[in-house]
Amino acid sequence: MKILIVDDFSTMRRIIKNLLRDLGFTNTAEADDGSTALPLLQNGNFDFLVTDWNMPGMTGIELLKAVRADDRLKDMPILMVTAEAKREQIVEAAQAGVNGYVVKPFTAAVLKEKIEKIFERLEG
Amino acid sequence: MSDTDHSDMSGADQPHSATQSSDWSELKDRARNLVAKLESGDSSGVHSAIEELNEARDRNIYLEVGKLTRGLHEAIVNFELDGGVAVGSDDSGKNESQMTNAQDRLDYVINLTQNSADKTMDMVEEGIPIATELKERSRALKVDWERLQRREMDPDEFRDLYKRIDQFLVFSGDSSSQLSEKLNTILLAQDFQDLTGQVIKRVINLVQDVEERLVELMRVAGQVEELTGIVRSKDEPIARVEVSPIAAEGPQIDTEKEDVVSGQDDVDDLLSSLGF
Repeated sequence: MKILIVDDFSTMRRIIKNLLRDLGFTNTAEADDGSTALPLLQNGNFDFLVTDWNMPGMTGIELLKAVRADDRLKDMPILMVTAEAKREQIVEAAQAGVNGYVVKPFTAAVLKEKIEKIFERLEG
Repeated sequence: MSDTDHSDMSGADQPHSATQSSDWSELKDRARNLVAKLESGDSSGVHSAIEELNEARDRNIYLEVGKLTRGLHEAIVNFELDGGVAVGSDDSGKNESQMTNAQDRLDYVINLTQNSADKTMDMVEEGIPIATELKERSRALKVDWERLQRREMDPDEFRDLYKRIDQFLVFSGDSSSQLSEKLNTILLAQDFQDLTGQVIKRVINLVQDVEERLVELMRVAGQVEELTGIVRSKDEPIARVEVSPIAAEGPQIDTEKEDVVSGQDDVDDLLSSLGF
């Protein structure tokens, strides 16, 4: 299981990386916005994407739409971990095809629950 | 913002209203003179009285415009925000504006919090394997210890356990002191809170100051409009920047707002209502 973590703040990437490691996911890579993440996804055999929304350059929602529009990537499970908390934004992300949405600040338990739920669905 | 600056600004209004009443009295005198000339039937006197009244009114307007222009000028000059709100005292570049200074200060807050988070996570990442090893070694020992209690151990195994307990005691002593050292480093890494709090408070003061000066500028500009008869139509379109409703806004401070979720449970409810 290879996971790409996209967030403009290295602190947040590191927190997510550590939480993922705790859940048994040790194969992770990082990018600091959508425009650096997209080429990595296109060339990197990733199985799962965890992305922030608010980033300079290409935002998380734009990355989500770009992934869904890419034939080879369109089925990749995507979890948004973001401070964006407007109902309209969450609806937009859902309509764009996000698989899970976690609002910051979040707990390790919430992240674990959402990731497990995504994989349960994929297997089921 | 220092108090003296405020008194300077409000001080600019006082002579304004005082001279206005003296100008009114001049107008009143002229008007009385005109009425007197009218009543006495002095037609050439009436004409000159009307002219004098006109001149007095014009002079009045010129004076007011002059005063307001000065007030406007002062309000604009005050925007340079010199002194009073300096965010720090160690500024070498005197020409640097308060706004640039505030930006630097906020960058400083980002750096300080980032360093603290990095240092804390370094310590946590170093501490976790130590804690894991402690847990695993004590668990393994406990299994053998229970076998010893149940007298299921032969002498060779007992000798081995004896040695391992000795090693474990040394290891747990070392590990505990390493862990406390790391916890102390984490504790000290929180010192940013005090420093960033001070800096942020100063930037808040600066923003308040800018707001006050903007209000003052608007007030003076409003008086100029009123006096010179500039009428602003109520339907005059106010230029607004169109912002997409889904544009990134960052953390919501007020989670009581209608269009904002109050937490993860709210997000989950919303998503499940959408069929998630």
